[in-house]
Amino acid sequence: MASTIKPAGNQTFFGHARYVVMSNPVTLIAMSLFLLIIIIAIFGPYMVPYDPLASSAGNALQPPSWQHWFGTDQLGRDVFSRVIVATRLDLIISVSAVAMSFVVGASIGGIAGYQGGWLDSVVGRFLDTIMAFPLFVLAMGIVAASGNTVQNVVIATAIINLPFYARVARSEVVVRRQAGWVQAAQLAGNGPMRILFGRVLPNALPPMMVQISLNMGWAILNAAGLSFIGLGVRPPTAEWGIMVAEGAGYIISGEWWLVLFPGAALMIAVFTFNLLGDGLRDMVDPQRRT
Amino acid sequence: MNRLLVITKRLLQAVPTVLGIVIITFLLTRALPGDPAAFFAGPAATAESIAQIRTQLGLDQPLPVQFMTYLGDLVTGNLGQAITTGQPVLQELISRMPASLELTLFALLISLSISIPLGILAATHQDTWIDQLCRFVVTAGVSLPTFFTGLLLVYVFYFLLGWAPPPLGRLDIISISPEHITGFYLIDSLWAQDFETFWSALKQLILPAITLALFTLAPLARMTRAAMLQALGSEYIRTARACGLSNGKILRTYALRNALLPVITTLGMVFSFSLGANVLVEKVFSWPGIGSFAIEALIASDYAAVQGFVLAMALLFVALNLCVDMLYTFVDPRVKLDG
Repeated sequence: MASTIKPAGNQTFFGHARYVVMSNPVTLIAMSLFLLIIIIAIFGPYMVPYDPLASSAGNALQPPSWQHWFGTDQLGRDVFSRVIVATRLDLIISVSAVAMSFVVGASIGGIAGYQGGWLDSVVGRFLDTIMAFPLFVLAMGIVAASGNTVQNVVIATAIINLPFYARVARSEVVVRRQAGWVQAAQLAGNGPMRILFGRVLPNALPPMMVQISLNMGWAILNAAGLSFIGLGVRPPTAEWGIMVAEGAGYIISGEWWLVLFPGAALMIAVFTFNLLGDGLRDMVDPQRRT
Repeated sequence: MNRLLVITKRLLQAVPTVLGIVIITFLLTRALPGDPAAFFAGPAATAESIAQIRTQLGLDQPLPVQFMTYLGDLVTGNLGQAITTGQPVLQELISRMPASLELTLFALLISLSISIPLGILAATHQDTWIDQLCRFVVTAGVSLPTFFTGLLLVYVFYFLLGWAPPPLGRLDIISISPEHITGFYLIDSLWAQDFETFWSALKQLILPAITLALFTLAPLARMTRAAMLQALGSEYIRTARACGLSNGKILRTYALRNALLPVITTLGMVFSFSLGANVLVEKVFSWPGIGSFAIEALIASDYAAVQGFVLAMALLFVALNLCVDMLYTFVDPRVKLDG
């Protein structure tokens, strides 16, 4: 019996996923790009033709060629190798920032929504105050105050993303707080924290996942923007934002490849996550499609 | 209800927000690990000068006392001295603010004049290739890092085509800045009837403004499309069609007016985006606004200047949001603002 039911369940899930992908080819492209980015992030450093930090002064500012696909920078380093190697660092920064704000945001939003009352108002006020800042500016202030390190860039990006997750979690929890199955769980003697984290929040996961995907692109942009203005990652580390910043001085003399390739990599990564987020939202909630 | 009363009420609602902003900018310096006195003294300070600054700033006092001192400083406009320029931070911010505002508002104007027609076009041609194209363009626009778009535009329009002036500030070298009236070069030069300066300022402004506009296009176009779709599907539009009104009149007079309300609401979020992106655009185009001031201060670890900048940006954001809300009361007379 069980063996006949299980494949059927799988089939409907994959069937649904296939239907969504087929009806929107853009999501399919986004999926493939996403896989490609992950592969590059994991295996990239082992595949690159040159050492991303090795400079050779005689070979500086060469335009793209067969030896150097993306050209070389002002110190003669291979731009292609640097762009590939940077993928991992950029992803680590944004993934850890988004993961932090997801965990913290879901917890405080969930608790505030489940408890209600004064706690809810205090949390709400706190989140409103964060949102009262232009978020990138707040991130600049946090990094400047807490010290110019990669770790603090991650924390700052996590803090400015916090309100989005907390608000989604809160509204999803408030909707479910009075549901019959929550009351049943209460009657069965479960404590509030157990119900919240074991039952209610897992049910709120789909909209939170959409939020993650939509936020990821923004988190990458933020982190790259911070390193563009000289916060967080320091040279000579390969990172997209700082590579664009280093190449910026050469754009008015025509050395376009220093900016174009890291910038394009950044753009493709952000674009992928934005498209993926849109696709996921269509899957989870077709009505909110805009 | 009297409109003046509504506006006063809305102004009062902003008070706790401003208080929250002041508390957070205060806590940013005091409650963090590290020695704020060392931050304020700058990197080249000796142990004695740090100790001197500690007593001077009152950092040996308890936190609530320090907060009251900070509030007192804010009220008297004392934001400290900027190490990089030697000027008071407040004076630096005030003299640089018009440059940033001119850029942000001009970009917003460009963004609105493209995104609203684009959103309407996408809504009236729903699910056709036009709609798909709009969706693609809009997602691409929000995925482009502003600093990257800016540099690409500089490369194409300055280096390749030679149409744009070099990305170095608000005016070319020959022109002198117009007499200070509003601080907006476009308005001031028109006021002085100095069309040469106006042209020069416009040429310098256009690339950074387009860069910034591309970034804010997406939320506005998306919201216009969604709001127009909702308006077009409503009963009053069906009635208008049944009465035989022309298509243009229905779109302009009935659908668009109702659809503009959620678009105005989105402006708040758009301001948050563009004030942040402003900093990056200012760096790319060497724009002498408060963003490039903040970047110079960050590099020099000039903390008083950064703190003043964060505070100024947040207060500007609150003020812009207030303006949006005021606009809302004039566009939609139903709004009572007590919700």
